[in-house]
Amino acid sequence: MSQGRTNVPVGGSQAPAQKTISGSKGLDFAEPLIFEMGEEGRTGVDLPDVEVSNDRLGGMRRKDAVGLPGLSEPQVVRHYTRLSQKNYGIDSGFYPLGSCTMKHNPRINEKVARLKGLGDLHPMQPDSTVQGALELIDTLAHWIKTLCGMPAVAMSPAAGAHGELCGMMAIKAALEDRGEGETRKRVLVPESAHGTNPATAAACGFTVDSIPATERGRVDIDAFKAKLGPDVAGIMLTNPNTCGLFENDVIEIADAIHEAGGYFYCDGANFNAIVGRVRPGDLGIDCMHLNLHKTFSTPHGGGGPGAGPVVLSEALAPFAPVPYVIHDGDGFKMVEHKADSDAKPFGRLKGYHGQMGVFIRALAFMISHGADGLRQASTDAVLNANYLRAKLQDVMSVSFDGMCMHEVLFDDHFLKDTGVTTLDFAKAMIDEGFHPMTMYFPLVVHGALLMEPTESESKETLDLYIETLRGLNARAQSGDAQFFKDAPVLTPRRRLDETAAARKPVLRWTPPVEQAEAAE
Amino acid sequence: MRYLPHTEEDRKAMLDAIGANAVEDMYCDVPAQALLDKPVDLPGFVGELEVERTFSALAAKNLSPSTAPSFLGAGAYRHHIPATVDYLVQRGEFLTAYTPYQPEVSQGTLQYLFEFQTQVALMTGMEVANASMYDGATATAEAVMMAVRATRRNRAVLAGGLHPHYFDVTKTSAHSLDIELVHPDSDPTRPADPASVINLIDDQTSCVVVQSPDVFGRIIDLKPISEAAHAKGALVVAVTTEIVSLGLLEAPGNQGADIVAAEGQSLGNALSYGGPYVGLFATTSKLVRQMPGRVTGETQDVEGQRGWVLTLSTREQHIRREKATSNICTNAGLCALAFTIHASLLGEEGLARLARINHANACKLADMLAGVNGVELMNDSFFNEFTVKLSKPAEQVVEALAERGILGGVPITRLLPERDDLANFLLVTVTETNSDADMDALVKALGEIL
Repeated sequence: MSQGRTNVPVGGSQAPAQKTISGSKGLDFAEPLIFEMGEEGRTGVDLPDVEVSNDRLGGMRRKDAVGLPGLSEPQVVRHYTRLSQKNYGIDSGFYPLGSCTMKHNPRINEKVARLKGLGDLHPMQPDSTVQGALELIDTLAHWIKTLCGMPAVAMSPAAGAHGELCGMMAIKAALEDRGEGETRKRVLVPESAHGTNPATAAACGFTVDSIPATERGRVDIDAFKAKLGPDVAGIMLTNPNTCGLFENDVIEIADAIHEAGGYFYCDGANFNAIVGRVRPGDLGIDCMHLNLHKTFSTPHGGGGPGAGPVVLSEALAPFAPVPYVIHDGDGFKMVEHKADSDAKPFGRLKGYHGQMGVFIRALAFMISHGADGLRQASTDAVLNANYLRAKLQDVMSVSFDGMCMHEVLFDDHFLKDTGVTTLDFAKAMIDEGFHPMTMYFPLVVHGALLMEPTESESKETLDLYIETLRGLNARAQSGDAQFFKDAPVLTPRRRLDETAAARKPVLRWTPPVEQAEAAE
Repeated sequence: MRYLPHTEEDRKAMLDAIGANAVEDMYCDVPAQALLDKPVDLPGFVGELEVERTFSALAAKNLSPSTAPSFLGAGAYRHHIPATVDYLVQRGEFLTAYTPYQPEVSQGTLQYLFEFQTQVALMTGMEVANASMYDGATATAEAVMMAVRATRRNRAVLAGGLHPHYFDVTKTSAHSLDIELVHPDSDPTRPADPASVINLIDDQTSCVVVQSPDVFGRIIDLKPISEAAHAKGALVVAVTTEIVSLGLLEAPGNQGADIVAAEGQSLGNALSYGGPYVGLFATTSKLVRQMPGRVTGETQDVEGQRGWVLTLSTREQHIRREKATSNICTNAGLCALAFTIHASLLGEEGLARLARINHANACKLADMLAGVNGVELMNDSFFNEFTVKLSKPAEQVVEALAERGILGGVPITRLLPERDDLANFLLVTVTETNSDADMDALVKALGEIL
């Protein structure tokens, strides 16, 4: 079933790759580090040389060279173009990385984010000169509050995990305000939570108490209720959860945590499954972060930036951090300091006002879709995930029965006795031109394969993907484990030794002279 | 809708394959009372032209620093970004990639992060750097938390000239973790005095945080502070909000810093009304396993070819969960790429020249302003920004300048609102983007206003 690769050597008898003189192989260029290609005196910018005769540097002028290499502009262009060609992006192909939401990135978002008067504003301009920017933030907040059915939103968190921090700090502040800051220190976190959830609770000074999952992949509600007590600060629940499932007891969970005097934090990383269909406010949550970059799109850029605004209930709204935008009769105003606030902000989370560049892209995505389009987008995302589930469940093992949300979780049962691991299977997918799915979580199943197709993918793409996975599975079942162990063979680099990298970390380039000295 | 590929026929065929009669069947696990039966009350979809109009209209309501003379700084700086930077970061293979979890198809991202780490280490004079934090303020907070972990001491001294946002963000984290902060008041009217910080260091102090140039623009000699801190077993966290300054100023690593937390926005990244920016974080090899954030390391593939992977992930949240060194997940990869490309274009020669031009322009404006009635220069030393004392409240002066189409600087009380005594102080910043005409316009306008 693996079309197009009949000429590729497989099995344990790898033919030696053709050696070239340059080290490049056609369009696969060998590319050194910039530090290995520069020349002293060369530069990629034309700046006049200015010498200040009487500098005012307080005697702290730099004596040694920095050590940066000199490259011309064409060298820099070619270097980074070549590096880009060694990358897989959503523009290149299907990227079903579960929980990461790799959807199409509309270029109109990039265009408007770079408009003069938006992309070039300074964060310390007088409010009178940035009324359009403040209106933009206020409009985005309105869309978020309406989609979530929540009364307030804190806009400044820089990313999803930063939003988690914001939500848990708001809970902490509310508990302190009630005089229970010292007594309610325990946070309940289900096993199926994102790894950031327990790390966030710990970063806020809480202790983490884990709740087991049922065999249906949801929170064990009896175990959860048994853990409730006067020392519980709240629960951090991901919904839809990392198993790709909607927590159908969510309202009961909300009622129980409130009755016990705790707050309900919802990890909204998977909000894109339910936008326009379910409002988190109707489920009884107190706060939830939104990954604007995932749910509404900003390019992931090899790992950020993102934005993680947090919606808040009436109970938590007063504790939202500074800064925030208000509207009075005269226009919009940015409240930057605790002392200027009418409420009880818990503090500040980042410099300046939040991720404006991401706000612009998210709002452009929202306006482009509209209320009807956003509802259709989340529905298509769920449809695509369920389609993968339906078309693969006879050959791959679906972890949990029933409908899934925008992502579908398989485990490694289908690879039992083949000698092929989920990692091997994933590496073989790379040779087929697909980015692998998520494998390192959720921890509740063995050998997780979490796939999120998103609403961007056509039925044709999904059908080719399904056909490919079915073919790879047939190959695994046929006993050709070595084929998978060798994969990938068609990439610029083959399997990399991660153990060696961690044991003796080399985290930067050093000049050859220093390297030689170090070796002596 | 242009972003959604499915036709109604596709949707019907897929629902059939799933065994569902209607899309609502897929939401069967949602409690019925919470399921919306129609779209929420927001506008419907619009075409690309309409989106452009909407945002252009918003942009038109702002005064753009690209067209107005601008002297704003205080941790966010307008520099010229070579066209090449924005062109390269918009290549889809960079722009639309995820965190490099599959290194075989992410060597592009991994190699530029390795180059970024090296550039940051070189500029700061440190041994290792991580692959970007959210911004300089969060990097500073992370540095204090790291120092507390590494020294097992619970107290941190933050020198008075630290950017107030950096202090506030650190205070927020410190409150959660019961870290005691000592932060003396800032006094821009007297020269920075190392002794005022040194006197606060005791044997429970985990670290001393010192910004240089500080928030008033003054350059601080870190060496005496480092010596005093190390003598008490405390670490030194050096903060830099303007990374271009290190093209001309002594690297913090050469002055005894153990951790450097800095803002990298100045290289390659637009002002963007305050975000996203790129936090820089560098330290010594000894402390590398305490360092938060992600790092890229060099290794080999099965054929012995050099390659790169994310490494030291045992410190990370998805492995160590509540024991992780931070909860950071997505950081600022693309902003790091912009930084790296800009730094590569500059090189040794370009960075030094850029820094010299910034300083020369600042010296020129400082001299021009010293000649204006009602303006008094407060700084003995500075790189590209300095504080002036005006004869009128700075907030009023800035508003009057804005009415004349000039973005005249940052009133100190915008950052320190409780300091009524500093109402007349203004922070003025000059970069290579400021022309002589810009400076003349500011001087002329101030002459009229004051």
